[in-house]
Amino acid sequence: MLYLYCLLFVVGSMELYNGCLDVKSIFGRWLEEESESNYGAFIPFIGTIRAEDNIDALSFDIYEPILENWFNSWVEIAKKRGAKVKMAHAIGDVPIHTSSYISAVFSPKRRVALELIDEFVEDFKANAPIWKYDVIDGKRVYAKDRSTPMNGSGILAKKGNI
Amino acid sequence: MVKIEFLGPIAHEPLEIEASSLQDVANRLQNIDGVNEWLDRCAVAVNSEMTNDLTKALKSGDVVSILPPVCGG
Repeated sequence: MLYLYCLLFVVGSMELYNGCLDVKSIFGRWLEEESESNYGAFIPFIGTIRAEDNIDALSFDIYEPILENWFNSWVEIAKKRGAKVKMAHAIGDVPIHTSSYISAVFSPKRRVALELIDEFVEDFKANAPIWKYDVIDGKRVYAKDRSTPMNGSGILAKKGNI
Repeated sequence: MVKIEFLGPIAHEPLEIEASSLQDVANRLQNIDGVNEWLDRCAVAVNSEMTNDLTKALKSGDVVSILPPVCGG
């Protein structure tokens, strides 16, 4: 299968692409960028679309301003531990068996990197402003049952004095 | 006027309303079919900063974003 890779948006070490990610190229470039940084550990994470429930693809909406703020907060968390985080994500349709999300942690020693990749990816799943849809027979269906309310959700449902 | 934008799968056009706090926004949205049923699972941002303070003051030109449950990756 031949894919056309299209970079849409870059903020620091965060990259957004139209469609699936060119994983080897991005990781190769990240390694090159940090080749002289004296990091002893590099831990990559790759998210790949699995064939299940008759989907042809997954599709993603992203709200970039809040994603940028979320990512920058993790840049600062990593910096305080002497580490660096990078990520790339797809916008729009991503076919099965291709990648929608990759991230990586660079740090001087392995323990910081192992812990940080866990925290970073879990918080990404819970609080990055990205919405996922199944693509079945050309239709986008919101993945409601697999989605998580962000921190602080529900405040607008509270009744006030009118 | 305060602009309210609905993100992701919430199928509703942006609104512009008079509001001096997020509670004013809540009161308005709770009366809109197709929006009200999302509210107990939605987070809120004002000018792209996340907030959980319903008393937060708003001024004309502010943008309130309504963020339904997420699932990146």
